[in-house]
Amino acid sequence: MSATLTPTTAPGSATAAATDRGHWYVGGAMTLVGLYALVAFGLGSRTDDGAKAVFNLNLLGDQAIKVPDLTVPAGPTAIALSLVCVAVGVLRLAVRLTGSRRTAATSAYLVAFVAAFLVWATSGHSLNFTSVLNATVLAATPLILGALCGVLCERSGVINVAIEGQFLVGAFAASFFASVSGSLWAGLVAGCLAGGLLGAMLAVFANRYLVQQVVLGVVINLFAAGLTGFLYERLMQANPEYNKTMAFSAIRIPVLSDLPVVGPVLFGQNAVFYLTVILIAVVQIGLFHTRWGLRTRAVGEHPTAADTVGIKVVAMRYRNVILGGLIAGLGGVWLTIGLNITFNKNMAAGQGFIALAALIFGRWSPLGAVSAALLFGFAGGISVSLQPLETPVPTAFLSMTPYLATIFAVAGLVGAVRAPAADGIPYTKS
Amino acid sequence: MSLELRGITKRFGSLVANDGIDLEVRPGEIHCLLGENGAGKSTLMNVLYGLYQPDEGEIRMDGKPLVLSGPRDAIAAGIGMVHQHFMLVDVFTVAENIMLGDERTGSPLAFAGWLDRRRARRDVAEVSARHGLDVDPDALVADLPVGVQQRVEIVKALIRDARVLILDEPTAVLTPQETEELFTVMRSLREAGRSIVFITHKLKEVKAIADRITVIRRGAVVGTAGPDASEAELAGLMVGRDVRLTVDKAPPALDEDAEPAFAVRGLTVLDESGQAAVDDVTFEIRPGEILGVAGVQGNGQTELAEAILGLRPAAAGGIWLDGRELTGRSPRQVLRAGVGYIPEDRSHDALVADSSVAENLVLDLFDRPPFGRRGTMDVRAVRDNAERRVAEFDIRTSSIDTSVGTLSGGNQQKVVVAREMSRPLRLLVAAQPTRGVDVGAMEFIHRRIVAERDQGRPVLIISTELDEIFGLADRIAVMYRGRITAIVPPDTSRADIGCLMAGIVPGSDDAPPSGDGTPPAPDATAPDTAAPDATVADTTVADSAVADSAAPDAAEAGDEPDPRQDAPVKDGDK
Repeated sequence: MSATLTPTTAPGSATAAATDRGHWYVGGAMTLVGLYALVAFGLGSRTDDGAKAVFNLNLLGDQAIKVPDLTVPAGPTAIALSLVCVAVGVLRLAVRLTGSRRTAATSAYLVAFVAAFLVWATSGHSLNFTSVLNATVLAATPLILGALCGVLCERSGVINVAIEGQFLVGAFAASFFASVSGSLWAGLVAGCLAGGLLGAMLAVFANRYLVQQVVLGVVINLFAAGLTGFLYERLMQANPEYNKTMAFSAIRIPVLSDLPVVGPVLFGQNAVFYLTVILIAVVQIGLFHTRWGLRTRAVGEHPTAADTVGIKVVAMRYRNVILGGLIAGLGGVWLTIGLNITFNKNMAAGQGFIALAALIFGRWSPLGAVSAALLFGFAGGISVSLQPLETPVPTAFLSMTPYLATIFAVAGLVGAVRAPAADGIPYTKS
Repeated sequence: MSLELRGITKRFGSLVANDGIDLEVRPGEIHCLLGENGAGKSTLMNVLYGLYQPDEGEIRMDGKPLVLSGPRDAIAAGIGMVHQHFMLVDVFTVAENIMLGDERTGSPLAFAGWLDRRRARRDVAEVSARHGLDVDPDALVADLPVGVQQRVEIVKALIRDARVLILDEPTAVLTPQETEELFTVMRSLREAGRSIVFITHKLKEVKAIADRITVIRRGAVVGTAGPDASEAELAGLMVGRDVRLTVDKAPPALDEDAEPAFAVRGLTVLDESGQAAVDDVTFEIRPGEILGVAGVQGNGQTELAEAILGLRPAAAGGIWLDGRELTGRSPRQVLRAGVGYIPEDRSHDALVADSSVAENLVLDLFDRPPFGRRGTMDVRAVRDNAERRVAEFDIRTSSIDTSVGTLSGGNQQKVVVAREMSRPLRLLVAAQPTRGVDVGAMEFIHRRIVAERDQGRPVLIISTELDEIFGLADRIAVMYRGRITAIVPPDTSRADIGCLMAGIVPGSDDAPPSGDGTPPAPDATAPDTAAPDATVADTTVADSAVADSAAPDAAEAGDEPDPRQDAPVKDGDK
């Protein structure tokens, strides 16, 4: 054989063709749904004959700055908004968008679609939009707290499926201790501590005894449900004074709470809500701009690397899981003394799992999780507000939609969803 | 600063990984720690880095005893380590990785540990410039080629002012050129008075760089030597007996007119992220020929082997064995078609660790006569088979009922080889057939592979060890970024193969286009001596290397690197 180099060249690569088809499916689906919106919302009988949709934008009667109601002709508005949806769909079909442009297009699509739906639903009626927003925020607050707990745990590498249980013990402890002591703040502290204790339990079994973390979380949920159910029956049912209706009163922030539309929603809530807002900022900034955050993320991504530069991996995980538990406990506090509701068996009603969904939908980032929680809260808010409007759409169907969206998100259709690399894997030195 | 280990003993259960090891590292020397896989080198270095606590013995620095309860203590004492598997967080930037654990903090929220990224970036730039280790502080580690990642690791140690730097098998992931660059860096660190402990099992590298050599075998020091010791002496010390460093093999009895027995044409395989891991690969193997696929790890070799076995779908192109198409077949169908497969990761892909040797020997045939009949397994046949294979392949095991996971790496690999070679084969695919295998078993496995060839079978060897490729292959295909850069005869020089492994076709004037627009490093151009080799397209080889249909213009392509090869892995580019 003679000495020869034979370089081979490639006439073509199959990569591009194989990976670029995604936007056709997404764009096609978006266009079809947009066309459906056009026919159903814009051209349907509900918006016929110049019907008007009226949106009230004042939450309270004593609002300092009042804004007039927004009245729109239902048919043409719905048609215009549906056409926006169709246009975005066609754009996605024609061009392969990436990064922030794709996000912007998807957001515009969602806003236009939801607005078209609202105009159609409100046609011939009036809807207090600010009250929808208020309901959104109230429903989203526990989801946000639960998702922040998830961020802390999972970013450091421990899967926390026990948020539901942490809500329950938090809610119970808050109601019980507030009732007994007469101090809402005592209730708040007790609720947080209860969540933190359950977090400590999760941390010990996950880090020390290396229990499979999803199973562990499920077991802790069952334990929390059983424990609070038992205590509720034994203590609270017999003695209603241990389970009083109490709540933090709203603190209206001067000037800001008088802003139209968003003012009362964002600046007329109670202390637990403001604490939540502060926590969002603390976790977001802490995670990405401080030593603690860098180490937390390192421990969740590559614990051995963290260990070799002298970071105590297991200690970091303990700390974050317990901190997360305190935050989820605050979510439980919100469910009782934040919302002026007495404790009841299994009152968390799956919200801990929805918080988990928000965490994943938000791609393990605090702000992403907050956005997802707000989306879920909005769906809940709408489904309540639409009931008096006699729409042909069952409200249960509406409250289902965000979770459908979550499934698509988790399946990776909205973009790559990537958990921290060491999430759920206990750290052991061999 | 001098460092001394005295009588270090480290046990894991009943296994003595280090047995009374003495080692002295002098200031400003490159000290080689030579030993086979599993000899206890890494354990010793993990003791020195504080990751393991020794059961006996002590570490002294400048004559004073040093107690290391964790890596933090080792770092404080001026010991730095570059691990074999890099300790870098993929999703962090270079600067974040380097400052992790030793963060620069400052305003505006110093009390909360606010990260001062600007200072981190400046410190990284300063240290990397001072030592000639060019790294971009803002690059994401996941985007960097391994050679650069290794530099990041070295900067990480130097920024903590490491006086003694431990490099654990640093060359395993590098091309020969990158290895040469690493050696340059190591020499300049030595000039600066720092000591380096260089762990390796490659004799050539030891000879090239070491000031002193300590050889470890089975957890104990068996000798020390200077750089003037011969390779054979060192190998003898390392293995404990005389070893042959070359494979005995007759030239292939090739029938030049024979139809190729195995052909891969235009094969493209996608990885998990949808990128082409194998990109339009074409080659043929004739009966009785060994084709060796060389390349740095992670250039598509794994995916190529998996695609041949039907473990990964082909996105384009096809695979033919003796005229039958294998494309799209299930792994079982491929195995039944007569393909023997030695996967690169034996514990993950080849063996069931908790099952016995006997069971592992029939993993592919347990449901076929004589081992399986109508849904039952004939235990006696399985045991008889195991007794025979254990004798024939010299598998050292206490019994055929021992679980395979407790065997040494070499004997585990012999189980795999015995299983795959005890069926009638039409093709053998062997990926990293001797990785983590002692020299004795290596000789044996190589002999068996050559024996398969001599019986007229086509053999595909995939290896990242150039010595293995040179020892076995009758032709060498070099893979780079999923493509075969060239198929060359086995007498091609190491330097040329090294160039091809970095995606550079020797003799071509153009280096591959640079990703970031900077000019290629001086050594990126091929040595002139390579030119005669590189003038392309002698017809015989062109025929067999390039399928007639695939690329009619392949012959001219030598001086025209493919424009789609965007970012080269070449280290010196930045």
